[in-house]
Amino acid sequence: MKAKFLVPLVLFLALAGFLGYGLTLNPGVVPSPLVDKPAPDFRLAKLDTPEEQFGVADMRGQVWLLNVWASWCVSCRQEHPILVELNRGGVIPVIGLNYKDERKDALGYLRDHGNPYAVTVADPDGRVGIDYGVYGTPETFLIDREGVIRYKHIGPITRDTVKNVLLPKIAELSRAG
Amino acid sequence: MIGELGHFALILALVLSLVQAIVPMIGAHRNRISLMAVARPAAQGQLLFLVFAYACLTWAFITSDFSVRLAASHSHTATPLMYKITGVWGNHEGSLLLWAMTLSIWTVAVAIFSRNLPEAFMARVLGVLGWISAGFISFTLFTSNPFARLLPAVAEGRDLNPLLQDPGMIIHPPLLYMGYVGFSVAFAFAIAALLSGRMDAAWARWSRPWTTVAWVFLTAGIAVGSGWAYYELGWGGWWFWDPVENASFMPWLLGTALIHSLAVTEKRGAFRSWTIMLAIGAFSLSLLGTFLVRSGVITSVHAFAVDPARGLYILALLVLVIGISLVLFAWRAPKLAGGGSFDLVSRDSGLLANNVLLAVVTGSVLLGTLYPLFLDALNMGKISVGPPYFEATFVPLMIPVVILMVVAPFIRWKSDTIGRFGRKLAPAMIASVALGAGVAFAVGHVTWRTVLGLSLAAWVLIGSVQLLYTRLAERRGAVAAAKLRGIPAAWWGMWLAHLGIGVFIIGVTMIGSLEAQQDMRMRAGQTTQFAGYTFTFRGVVGVDGPNYEAARATLDVHRGERLITVLTPEKRHYVASQMPMTQVALHIRPLRDLYVSLGDQLEDGSWLVSLHLKPFVSWIWAGCILMGLGGIFAAADRRYRRLAERTLPAGSTSVQTS
Repeated sequence: MKAKFLVPLVLFLALAGFLGYGLTLNPGVVPSPLVDKPAPDFRLAKLDTPEEQFGVADMRGQVWLLNVWASWCVSCRQEHPILVELNRGGVIPVIGLNYKDERKDALGYLRDHGNPYAVTVADPDGRVGIDYGVYGTPETFLIDREGVIRYKHIGPITRDTVKNVLLPKIAELSRAG
Repeated sequence: MIGELGHFALILALVLSLVQAIVPMIGAHRNRISLMAVARPAAQGQLLFLVFAYACLTWAFITSDFSVRLAASHSHTATPLMYKITGVWGNHEGSLLLWAMTLSIWTVAVAIFSRNLPEAFMARVLGVLGWISAGFISFTLFTSNPFARLLPAVAEGRDLNPLLQDPGMIIHPPLLYMGYVGFSVAFAFAIAALLSGRMDAAWARWSRPWTTVAWVFLTAGIAVGSGWAYYELGWGGWWFWDPVENASFMPWLLGTALIHSLAVTEKRGAFRSWTIMLAIGAFSLSLLGTFLVRSGVITSVHAFAVDPARGLYILALLVLVIGISLVLFAWRAPKLAGGGSFDLVSRDSGLLANNVLLAVVTGSVLLGTLYPLFLDALNMGKISVGPPYFEATFVPLMIPVVILMVVAPFIRWKSDTIGRFGRKLAPAMIASVALGAGVAFAVGHVTWRTVLGLSLAAWVLIGSVQLLYTRLAERRGAVAAAKLRGIPAAWWGMWLAHLGIGVFIIGVTMIGSLEAQQDMRMRAGQTTQFAGYTFTFRGVVGVDGPNYEAARATLDVHRGERLITVLTPEKRHYVASQMPMTQVALHIRPLRDLYVSLGDQLEDGSWLVSLHLKPFVSWIWAGCILMGLGGIFAAADRRYRRLAERTLPAGSTSVQTS
């Protein structure tokens, strides 16, 4: 048995190890060091009216969601109808952070699929995304009245997430103030 | 009752797959013909039971039997019949059953068409396929039973995801599975070669048509999926580098390398262990794709419902199948070395270089797909890998592949000099660069990407024409028709598939460079100019589909005074699943598509309409069709059929390992 013929086996076993470990990680609920920390501040141009700016400070006093999305992100399409419903219900304002996207693609996406966002800001080079430790779109942050991140969800939001996680947390935060 | 019958048939299929996995293998090992002969009837019986089980499940969907949990979650009484039938595979459990049935179809096909293979070899091939089948059927039965009951039954089902209610989705999964699963045949041939130590030109000749056919299915499946994304997701993109798309693309890339490596193994006896490695690799990547889609380690729009038990089971399957085959490889492959020697400048080297490049491309796609997982597992932070990574690595690696692809058929086997074929190809190279730059200038879009893309495409097209000319010039004196007829189908296959790459590159380059888009607010009667066309918005009417309500807009499209077409994009709302959908309207012409999608109605009563011009987008699919046709020609070459009628030549260059 020559050593070089063992290389594929060794590589594969390493890969399998990672995959096995990956099974124990849930990409949807990775703990974030940002939870219970103040939301990193930003001032970004609004997507539809770039001459206006918007930031975390504008949402002070409200419980809100920051949803990181992009038109190139396929998983975002999955959660999009749920955000639209959430917006229709008027439960909580959702602010969109349009991540590493082209303005015209993003606007086209919102036009085609409906716009669930109270405001969308554009983060074309992903700088704010870095501050928020964005790992992949979509990601959603629940932020309280003091501007503190209370919950972070990675991956598409499902109806279950809304019902069993977001809504109870929102109710709790709204009462607390 | 029907559900229980299906379940029972599936259990019987599992038993038969185990028989097929064990008995013929023992027979081959002990050289007992009676045991080896069990393989064929076991494979046929297994297919029978799987088809029956599949039919039972389909019946539950067609009759809206919502006491079957799967039908209740993925069908609805108002769903059109077509989508009731296709809904069977629009979910994890049903698609697994389709996977198992597809594998069984391949197995029986191998059993039928390979009657003239040595019995022991055949027994091993079918045995390996039996093991894979047992793995998948048990996975279905133990973790994802499609026949699970929902008692009491619900009155109405939840309907199939509207995104999947589309003609493209009718054929995309079966084609893809035919491709994925087809590589299991190449894999089984490779394992049988390792087990028997028999790995020669005849072996390569048996494997080639199977591998090529699997590759054709995979090509078609990926192309259909891409077409579906183009018009169904509603914004006109055709490739997203989504993890699950990558999962189908990686076996395709490695399968492409395998086809070429098999050619060298057949013609020159070289690259044996490399060919075996690629056969194992292509199938392993198919399995990995299955794991990625169904385990939940990576989130994606394609991902099925997540269940850790399923992830663990399929990972165990992955480790067993790939692990054992790689151990076997490490043990046996060193003895497979040999084959003709070749110089640095030779067609052998050219093919090897392309093979290595394709393997590296596959590796880079794999790395990008799994990188977030690696870093996360190592606690090294979280990163996102998006299209920019894939474009930055894929394109530069594929450029030399495409350049070499044109050169290689001009190089001689074994040994050649750069001067000889360089002189032949120099004019073509200069012409293609000039043509690429010229066309880019003519269409008014001179960027390095456009020039590069068009030059590469021109290089492939000019190279193909020159190759055909050279081939015809070889036999001087014969009539043109006779010359054309004298060319074997396999050669045409190569020629067509390579030509397809050129056509494909034109499509990709042109749509990347010249795409145009305009968003309009439109009221009834309003007109707008876009890309030389006049669009008149006739207004929106409500339309009721079988299981959705839609707002349908009508737009007249004029070029000058002439009415070209009437487009009717829709915005649908699926009742049962409460999902909105954008149904775009297309006007397809060879040189461009007009692509119109309808947005929301605004408060003032006008509608948002998005107009797109997609130049040359059809060339992308045309390129894929040419590649697929090339594969069909290559697989249909007469020499494979001749081989079937001929027994093995005495004294073939079999390698002895015992």
